[in-house]
Amino acid sequence: MARELSPRRRATLTTAAWTIGFLIFFPVLWTFLTSFKTEGEAIAIPPSFLFFDWTLENYSEVQERSNYLRHAMNSVIIAFGSTFLGLLVAIPAAWSMAFSPTKSTRGILMWMLSTKMLPPVGALVPIYLICRDLGLLDTRSALVVILMLMNLPIIVWMLFTYFREIPGDILEAARMDGASLRKEITYVLVPMAVPGIASTLLLNVILAWNEAFWTLNLTADDAAPLSAFIASYSSPEGLFWAKLSAASTLAIAPILVLGWFSQKQLVRGLTFGAVK
Amino acid sequence: MGAIQLEQVLKTFDATTVIQGVDLEIEDGAFVVFVGPSGCGKSTLLRLIAGLEDVSGGRIVIDGQDATNVPPAKRELAMVFQSYALYPHMSVYRNIAFPLKMGGVDQETQRQKVEAAAKTLNLTDYLDRRPGQLSGGQRQRVAIGRAIVREPKAFLFDEPLSNLDAALRSAMRLELSELHQKLETTMIYVTHDQVEAMTMADKIVVLNGGRIEQVGSPLDLYRRPDNLFVAGFIGSPKMNIVDGAHAEKLGAPTIGVRPEHIALSTEAGDWSGVVGVAEHLGSDTFLHIETDGIGKLTVRAPGDVLVSHGDRVWLTPMADHIHRFDAGGRAVR
Repeated sequence: MARELSPRRRATLTTAAWTIGFLIFFPVLWTFLTSFKTEGEAIAIPPSFLFFDWTLENYSEVQERSNYLRHAMNSVIIAFGSTFLGLLVAIPAAWSMAFSPTKSTRGILMWMLSTKMLPPVGALVPIYLICRDLGLLDTRSALVVILMLMNLPIIVWMLFTYFREIPGDILEAARMDGASLRKEITYVLVPMAVPGIASTLLLNVILAWNEAFWTLNLTADDAAPLSAFIASYSSPEGLFWAKLSAASTLAIAPILVLGWFSQKQLVRGLTFGAVK
Repeated sequence: MGAIQLEQVLKTFDATTVIQGVDLEIEDGAFVVFVGPSGCGKSTLLRLIAGLEDVSGGRIVIDGQDATNVPPAKRELAMVFQSYALYPHMSVYRNIAFPLKMGGVDQETQRQKVEAAAKTLNLTDYLDRRPGQLSGGQRQRVAIGRAIVREPKAFLFDEPLSNLDAALRSAMRLELSELHQKLETTMIYVTHDQVEAMTMADKIVVLNGGRIEQVGSPLDLYRRPDNLFVAGFIGSPKMNIVDGAHAEKLGAPTIGVRPEHIALSTEAGDWSGVVGVAEHLGSDTFLHIETDGIGKLTVRAPGDVLVSHGDRVWLTPMADHIHRFDAGGRAVR
């Protein structure tokens, strides 16, 4: 049963929630506003909040200086490619760990998670050299594979958690009904885990989209996604706050829209299994 | 054809042996019930037959073919689970058609078979619904429908009625017995409820601690239990077990007498006691009597018996119906 809140308490909580929400959102809002300022206004002290000369100049200049669409396309390919490839590997892995566990399953899961605790820079030199020797520097395929490997532990963990909520009886029923392992996964497990798989997909697309370490270090121009595109405006040659903001706004816009429309799915996915 | 033989079937989980070298012959078309208390290994034995668990030793032969290492999908057995295990994302139609689809049956034959099964099970009006929109009894029927469409060699039921309420359970019990008569296919049914076992089985297999205690027809087990465990497990209310001097007087270290085989009198008899609880069921009255020097005994009396709480009564076991057991609990005949 929901607890009754007194009107005053409700008002306090609502105000607090909005304030915290606004504080979290503020940097994004400020970036968005700055992208419409001139470079002078962008660094003016005290800063103007809404009352400045709104201009689209930064956007046109950013578009002139670099090819936004190409970077955006790279981002889409890298983010979705690495996520789909990750799901392809992780679904059977999570299936075997959830439904056919061995004594070492828990250990393997913990080991997979522990790889996320290593600072990525620790693996930079070997991975850079491997990519160089294989001629994969500044290619989208290298980034797809590397980001897939980086996010694989999270994908496996998330799917493992969802799969464990699926009653094993149903998969056994499929086996008794004559389904092969592949059919059991395709016709029964995956459709039942769609909410979980969808939220895993969304979260990993967002993670891969925002990834900056590997994309900055392994790309130059051809395969550079939006994270590298933003970074190109933070240069030592001068202050380009407004252009940097315009580039950032352009880079985060697609993922913000995706996140906005799928927030229900995301929240549901992230809290899946918490309450049964 | 659906004859199944188990030869020295053994199952261990780590250091624990849950099935201890079971030999069993199940004839084609029989309705066999595995019954026993929780943890006796009855469900494990069923899962071994299904192929959902690997045997640790011994052989499983289905229709003369060694099926020990055959995967469940290839054993041509159908199973109905306690939890129904329906596919929640599929309609009733697709649930029932699923085994046919997996078997590569064409769409038209699928439709005919699903419709026939739905008709048999009164599910025709529900074919478009999802399992979540059905009642417990309807879900159980869908699970049975899914099992019958593929015409398996044998049906395996794992406590299929235990999630249903009492009224529905007895109705489904009857439906399953009728289904068995109609299909004449081997059925293996696991339950902990000895009433289900008694009412449905051609042959009951009583299991305890991973071992078979006795195999026989329901009345066989009721009338001639091989040991104290079977004597106590089969029959409701339970058989009265008496030991000590009172048993020795009747010729065995332990004796058993069923509640209906004790004569009740308000004047004279072998044993005397005071009525504790009288359960009036209408047709019968079950009297729980605190008997001097023996303890609690249950007696089945006619429905209109005029004794109640606190009355002193005399009891006499019927000589022809006394079961005698040796010190090891085995029947003495």
